[in-house]
Amino acid sequence: MKILVPIKRVVDYNVKIRVKSDQSGVDLANVKMSVNPFDEIAVEEAVRLKEAGKATEIVAVTIGPEKAQEQLRTAMAVGADRGILVQTDQPIDLGGVEPLAVAKTLKAIIEKESPDLVIMGKQSIDDDSNQTGQMLAALLGWAQGTFASKLEIEDSSAKVTREIDGGLETISVNLPAIVTTDLRLNEPRYAKLPDIMKAKKKQLDVLDPSELGFSYEPRLNVVSVSEPEERKGGIKVASVDELIEKLKNEAKVI
Amino acid sequence: MSILILAEHDGKELSPVTLNVIGAATKIGGDIHILVCGKDCDSIAQAAASISSVSKVIKADNEVLEHHLAENIAPIIVDLAKDYTHVLAPATTFGKNILPRAAALLDVQQISDIIVIEDAETFKRPVYAGNAIATVKSSDSIKLITVRGTNFDPVEAAGGSASVEEYSVTASQDLSSFVSAELSESERPELTSAKVVVSGGRGVGSEEKFELIEQLADKLGGAVGASRAAVDAGYVPNDYQVGQTGKVVAPELYIAVGISGAIQHLAGMKDSKVIVAINRDEDAPIFSVADYGLVADLFDAVPELIEKL
Ligand SMILES: Cc1cc2nc3c(=O)[nH]c(=O)nc-3n(C[C@H](O)[C@H](O)[C@H](O)COP(=O)(O)OP(=O)(O)OC[C@H]3O[C@@H](n4cnc5c(N)ncnc54)[C@H](O)[C@@H]3O)c2cc1C
Repeated sequence: MKILVPIKRVVDYNVKIRVKSDQSGVDLANVKMSVNPFDEIAVEEAVRLKEAGKATEIVAVTIGPEKAQEQLRTAMAVGADRGILVQTDQPIDLGGVEPLAVAKTLKAIIEKESPDLVIMGKQSIDDDSNQTGQMLAALLGWAQGTFASKLEIEDSSAKVTREIDGGLETISVNLPAIVTTDLRLNEPRYAKLPDIMKAKKKQLDVLDPSELGFSYEPRLNVVSVSEPEERKGGIKVASVDELIEKLKNEAKVI
Repeated sequence: MSILILAEHDGKELSPVTLNVIGAATKIGGDIHILVCGKDCDSIAQAAASISSVSKVIKADNEVLEHHLAENIAPIIVDLAKDYTHVLAPATTFGKNILPRAAALLDVQQISDIIVIEDAETFKRPVYAGNAIATVKSSDSIKLITVRGTNFDPVEAAGGSASVEEYSVTASQDLSSFVSAELSESERPELTSAKVVVSGGRGVGSEEKFELIEQLADKLGGAVGASRAAVDAGYVPNDYQVGQTGKVVAPELYIAVGISGAIQHLAGMKDSKVIVAINRDEDAPIFSVADYGLVADLFDAVPELIEKL
């Protein structure tokens, strides 16, 4: 079984981002970039399937700037066999390459690669859209198992346990399918130094979007990006009694 | 303007968030139609028809729709969408699962999780865990949108008298099928619409000790939430998670107990009216958003609070 894992280069989750003063976007100059955390979980799941003898090859794909090769190398250090970068200088967080365009690009790659399973993050922590997996499944006419906290491969299908608002739901999806990961699917490993070195020698192909027939014209015009309303911190209370008094008489919420 | 809203329900009742989505639709303006998909969902369709500001209900009643599989519902939306300027769904796991599938089939770039409607084409949505707010204008002829319920007032559940139209479901896919569900049962109010939410974090320490959080919530008639760390550690089920990638809540009163206040957690609760934090680390970031902070060991403060309330 061949698994395709789309990944994205995003601001590291520990970074406190800053909005650009001209409100044109988020300042990404000199901030730490990482593999989107949900995509790390996707790579890990694919690697575990390979270790369990269920998968034979893992291909990591990303759409982004030249530097997104770093994220592909990270995925390869953890166990992806090779990487594909669809290189673009369009922004990939806001007002550039949007989820629908990503889904279309991935579809084109999937038609060449013919994977049996695609595992990808449920959302990227920059634009927080939570759309690409569902869109890709739609474009391919495949089943989707979104927000997965458990994945069991059977012969020609997979059982996916999904984290939903009411609890958990298990569905069965015919393969090939798209599975999107939630936080509890697994705990991703860290790459070991020798594997990081080995990953440098793995195959990494760079494609131009035009080779696949795409130019990235956003459908959503980002009019502005602004700071959220700052929530002012309040006071510290000295005791439980004072807390109750404040909640009753000042905030009037109990 | 004409708006189609995908109603969320559990097979028995309409989810309250549907009323908030309709509230959002009234801000866009125009005719509001509700799509109810399910099996034996007539009573839900009738309930939808009696919501104020709804002018038509479209009922797709078929056994293949019982479990709300996206593969079955998305084609119905696609089929209906050409008659509408907007298609709205709640930004819940239900709406997030289905709507993008329909959007791709319609070749529309969906707008996720809107919090403000500027005009019929322009919307505000949080990005980067709510640390930035993007204003986006759509050039698609049909707009597909998921709505963050907590940012829009609900409409009245009564007062309407819409007609109910049947939609006949023609084809079923055999791409996916339902196997089982393990739903949390609770007498407590639903997390995203509760007036009071008490959440516990890693500081609570264990599943057993999480009972303290539950007791406090019960004392206040509130819902129970949690941080990701508490869910990952198995203290509570996944559906308790509040945050960027969990549920978004905005109650009158949010009490965070043993939660440090990571940005991913704040993304899900910083619109609460009053925030209380109980944490023994006086430098915990949660205090920077708390109206009332109590620096204390939770195992002293919470029992005392329960006793004195
Ligand atoms: C992709 C991604 C998505 C995420 N999504 C979410 C999300 O949706 N929601 C979410 O919550 N997190 C999310 N996180 C995780 C987030 O970054 C934090 O790791 C998490 O919120 C921390 O949980 P916590 O505050 O309970 O634990 P900690 O950060 O460990 O904090 C525990 C706190 O308890 C206090 N404490 C300990 N013992 C006591 C005591 N006896 N009395 C009083 N105080 C005590 C400590 O002082 C500390 O402040 C996400 C992370 C990633 C990478």
